[in-house]
Amino acid sequence: MKHIKTIANSCINKGAGTGCGECQASCQSACKTSCTVANQSCQNKGEKVYNPARKNA
Amino acid sequence: MVHTFCQDGRYLALDVDSGAVHMLDELGYEVVSRWEKSSKEEIVEALAGRFARAEIEEVAGEVEELIRNGTLFSHDESLYTPQTALKPGVIKAMCLHVAHDCNLRCKYCFASTGSFHGQRLLMPLEVGKKALDLLVARSGGRKFLEVDFFGGDPMLNFKVVKELVAYGRELEKKYDKKFRFTITTNAYALDEETIEYFNREMSNVVLSVDGRKEVHDAMRPTVKGTGSWDRAMKNAQKVAQARNQQNYYVRGTFTRDNLDFSNDVLALADAGFEQVSVEPVVLSPDSPYALLEEHLPGILEQYDILYKEYVKRRADGRWFSFFHFCVDLQGGPCIKKRLSGCGAGVEYIAVTPDGEIFPCHQFVGRPGYCMGSVITGEIDESIREKFAAAHVLNKEKCASCWARLYCTGGCAANAQAFHDDLTKPYEMECEMEKKRLECAIAVQAAELEG
Repeated sequence: MKHIKTIANSCINKGAGTGCGECQASCQSACKTSCTVANQSCQNKGEKVYNPARKNA
Repeated sequence: MVHTFCQDGRYLALDVDSGAVHMLDELGYEVVSRWEKSSKEEIVEALAGRFARAEIEEVAGEVEELIRNGTLFSHDESLYTPQTALKPGVIKAMCLHVAHDCNLRCKYCFASTGSFHGQRLLMPLEVGKKALDLLVARSGGRKFLEVDFFGGDPMLNFKVVKELVAYGRELEKKYDKKFRFTITTNAYALDEETIEYFNREMSNVVLSVDGRKEVHDAMRPTVKGTGSWDRAMKNAQKVAQARNQQNYYVRGTFTRDNLDFSNDVLALADAGFEQVSVEPVVLSPDSPYALLEEHLPGILEQYDILYKEYVKRRADGRWFSFFHFCVDLQGGPCIKKRLSGCGAGVEYIAVTPDGEIFPCHQFVGRPGYCMGSVITGEIDESIREKFAAAHVLNKEKCASCWARLYCTGGCAANAQAFHDDLTKPYEMECEMEKKRLECAIAVQAAELEG
């Protein structure tokens, strides 16, 4: 496409097997005052808080 | 619903129901922004003075293709069913207030400089054990259990912390559970031995340092009134290094006295921290340090300033991670988590030194919110149900908000403090969260472009 470039496809995980609850409680991670879950990943995918690979290490 | 925005000259669109993100050129941005309110013909007419008609038609074709693919203007009613949201079931996370006392006297402390508006107390070992017993007993089939040692400063009761970790390891074997212990400390009382212990036993360490020395020392004096930055900073740096810059956060707080807080985020990065979180203070408007609505434009501008420097630094070799500029666009939590949020009062509870249970650390000491005791093992299920029902689908303001599947409807403690209603989000928090989320999405777009 010339004018629109998709950088992330559908990521709202709503399929069977979701809602296992094994993920980290969001407020326990770092903030303690806000309620974001945007930076959390599914426990079954192996990460507690999403943190992209460090560049230029 | 689609949210379009421009961050530092980069045009972006978030398709709310699918979570897809698209980078647009200027014409694409103009067309997508108008799509829901105007017909294709109206859009062409509206933009024909600025763009060639053929180009506008071309963009419209791209939009229609993405709609067919389900990644633009998608709508999935099944996302928004109450059955998807959290119900009172197991308890999996606990904030253990092992010390309602502190070696600092921070002026903005929501916990009344560590006492939580009550007596200065340390949690006895037996109370802590009963808390862990309750967590295990109420955790059902959950394997991973979280316990954050909190205060005050938990280092004032470190002997009990260590004994509770040892007790937790016994429970793990007995009940096939896995404890993730974390600790939140001001770093003032750490030494080599405690840092080594953290590395062995704590899956995450949160270190409270506010950034610039003058900002930190003005807000975080010791009991004697002297500055705490020198010692806290030195210790925090040691922790970060000892943990190989992973599984920790240095966490600052900004108030109306440092509205230029982007400088504090950068000061922490300059001090060598790679995992940084700086949070807005939450205080009632009559506090001299409270953030008020009139401060909001300046705060949002600070996130813009930080965004530019953040992208620049990460590209030029000075990489660091800012908690609120991280978003998982490839996976992220499931829809149940996105609707239910932090789980306060439902699957997450706080326990005071004398064993009282509150919905979370922020609620400790608030009248009417004690929901049980680890001593008796009793929990008021009606309070759990009330918190479970305060999910994003039951928040009227969230129904029209594009960020609802990312912020989960905001912090319950803030909603109660500002509106005495768990279903009415604190507006300042909403505005800041939306700005930070835009920045987080834009960071990924910028880094994909290289």
